[in-house]
Amino acid sequence: MKVAVLKGGRSLERGVSLRSAARVEDALERLGHEVVSIDAGGELVKRIAAERPEVAFVAMHGPGGEDGTVQELLEILGVPFTGPGVAACARCMDKVLAKHELRDAGVPTPDWFAFNETAFRELGAADALGELEERLGFPLVVKPSRGGSALGVKFAASWFEVPEALVSAFSYDDRVLLERFAEGREVAVSVVGSEPLPVVEAIPGGGDRYDFEARYEIGRTEFVCPAELDEEEAGAVTSAALAAYEALGCSGFSRVDLILTADGPQVLEVNAIPGLTDTSLLPQAAEAAGMSFEDLVERILELALKPAAA
Amino acid sequence: MEETPHRRRAHTRTRDLERYAGLFAARTGVMRSSAMRDLMAITARPEVISLAGGLPDTSTFPAATFAAQMTRIAQESTAEALQYGPTEGFAETVDCIVEVMGAEGMLPDPDDVIVTTGGQQAIDLICKTLVDPGDVVICEAPTYPGAVPVFCSYQAETIQIDCDAEGMRVDELEAVLARLDGEGRRPKFVYSVPSFQNPAGVTMSLERRRRLVELARQREMLVVEDNPYGLLRFGGEPLPPLYQLDGGDFVIYVGTFSKILSPGIRLGWAVAPPPVMEKVVLGKQASDLCTSTLTQHFVREYFGEGRWREYIADLVEIYRARRDTMLAALREHFPAQATWTEPEGGLFIWATLPEYIDTSDLLAKALREDVAFVPGQAAYVDESRGRHSMRLNFSGVGEEEIREGIRRIGKAVAEQVELYDALTGEHHLAEDSPGMPGREAEDMPVDVKAKPSSGPGHDLIPPGPDEGAVLPFRKKENTA
Repeated sequence: MKVAVLKGGRSLERGVSLRSAARVEDALERLGHEVVSIDAGGELVKRIAAERPEVAFVAMHGPGGEDGTVQELLEILGVPFTGPGVAACARCMDKVLAKHELRDAGVPTPDWFAFNETAFRELGAADALGELEERLGFPLVVKPSRGGSALGVKFAASWFEVPEALVSAFSYDDRVLLERFAEGREVAVSVVGSEPLPVVEAIPGGGDRYDFEARYEIGRTEFVCPAELDEEEAGAVTSAALAAYEALGCSGFSRVDLILTADGPQVLEVNAIPGLTDTSLLPQAAEAAGMSFEDLVERILELALKPAAA
Repeated sequence: MEETPHRRRAHTRTRDLERYAGLFAARTGVMRSSAMRDLMAITARPEVISLAGGLPDTSTFPAATFAAQMTRIAQESTAEALQYGPTEGFAETVDCIVEVMGAEGMLPDPDDVIVTTGGQQAIDLICKTLVDPGDVVICEAPTYPGAVPVFCSYQAETIQIDCDAEGMRVDELEAVLARLDGEGRRPKFVYSVPSFQNPAGVTMSLERRRRLVELARQREMLVVEDNPYGLLRFGGEPLPPLYQLDGGDFVIYVGTFSKILSPGIRLGWAVAPPPVMEKVVLGKQASDLCTSTLTQHFVREYFGEGRWREYIADLVEIYRARRDTMLAALREHFPAQATWTEPEGGLFIWATLPEYIDTSDLLAKALREDVAFVPGQAAYVDESRGRHSMRLNFSGVGEEEIREGIRRIGKAVAEQVELYDALTGEHHLAEDSPGMPGREAEDMPVDVKAKPSSGPGHDLIPPGPDEGAVLPFRKKENTA
């Protein structure tokens, strides 16, 4: 089969995307497919139109490739593609939108407030920040709404750290959310089709929990898969993850990041197109489920071509 | 060229990861990498104006000269230029090095010189020779970003001494040395880029140079002087290198052809007293046997022509104009609260922003505007430092791009300042007047967040403009 692997793009996660794509391309070739590698740039549409692939494997992370933009183009061109559809991608990429959807669907997610820059610049939103302490408490987490990785995510231990954290978060997006800090174990559940894979736990090796570097560096964060959870905990985490996956309309594959608190799981976000590098969580979870990387890639392709097969 | 068939590696499985991780040396745990590298990879996009590199301008090197010299090497020295060479380097290369050092008033003994694969290898070999895990190495704050991973990979305990407009605060160094004395420890060496420092752009004053060399003699302490830019002076009076002041007893010298000829030839050198040199040579043998003989031949040919000083003079003219352009652009586009250094040579300006701006985050914003710089944290071993500063390079791109690049960064900074003001109700604009001469000298590369490990020494924390500056958010009274 002729498969176009879409990678790179202009997002800050370009480097991760290139590494994900390199792994996917290898696997596809081993599976006997014809691979057309496309670095998503100005020539994207022209290249796809010229190559006429039977399916596109979208191995892009961050805005552009993971937010529905590339998916929309592929729909227009009539090329089936891997991973979630346009609307699901758009919902996952925008954390504020995603959290609204999750709350409406009854999926537990930490309380939050969202602000855009205009609110501060023109509407005096700073005066509303006083409510934060009462409504969310400290510490809280300040995040750019759109941004696939931990870039721009800061903790504010007290009031006085909020403005600086906001300035950082607004460097990545014009909308940010301030979220109640959920304390607990950091876990992730990848879903392929409608099947949840074993829970992975990330145990940070010291330093910030939200350390972008640690996520991509062997040895900085320890991953345990399957996570050491009792049956009840694993069940609760998995059902919350599946509920989130469904609430956001995901299909194909995605990864749900959660915190397992003393009061049960809280969904932080859903990554529409999670990393597929050597140190990424999805491939590790698949392996724990007895799926080789090739099996995983083949399954993802199959789901792209026959969504009903889920 | 026909594509060579190659094997493609299977996906690394979790078990493999664990297996390798179990084999890694302890030093890999402290090696730096990753997120920054990912961000820097984006800066390589062709549409990005990169003020992030440290690249000299090689576009003006005469192509005809290059062609003629390489041809002569091919015709007259084929066998030798393609063969291994001595670990120390060819005597002819050392002659060129002696000539270059002589241009700055130094008179090294040719036997003390080793030709290395760039100045970077010289730093690596010196660490390899001197540093055991846990040993103390002292350098400037900020320091050359390329030295940080070297110190880390030899597991040195690195202490950084603040700089001001006159370079390393040697008084602060003395305080640190006294503290170490109290702990019964002594540093293996003090690493310094005294002239047109990378990244700060500052130059150590003559008085401090003398004091540093004096300290080295009194304490029988080694100083590693890294001097890649000494000949790239645009103004002011030349100052004697530490090596010249010391005579080569306690100062180990690192030089390079990268900034005065070409970084692509990967030729640098170290000058050290014979006992140290002996070990450095052994280290070099273990690393790569010898430096490229082909490029050593090129340097020999190039110096044989006798026009190397003219080429440097040309570079100096180009860089001076670019520095002036960048300084003018900074005055025009950076907000009043920003400060920056005014280098008299070299390749870099160091700019410091208000303490609520994190330059790594700013880089993400700047990249959306297709412009890049190096966030200040790269110049610190403790990555929580340098967060509000950035290194700007003016040698690698033309004047038009410098103007536009600084305009774009300035716009991104202005937006953050405006946002912060909206968040806190503060108005900084009246605090400082733009372009006030000398203001950059005061709190330039000073980082108010000294490492907690610097101990009780309040003297290590230079007096900031405001004692409360450590707090990122100073509106406590008004908002509580």
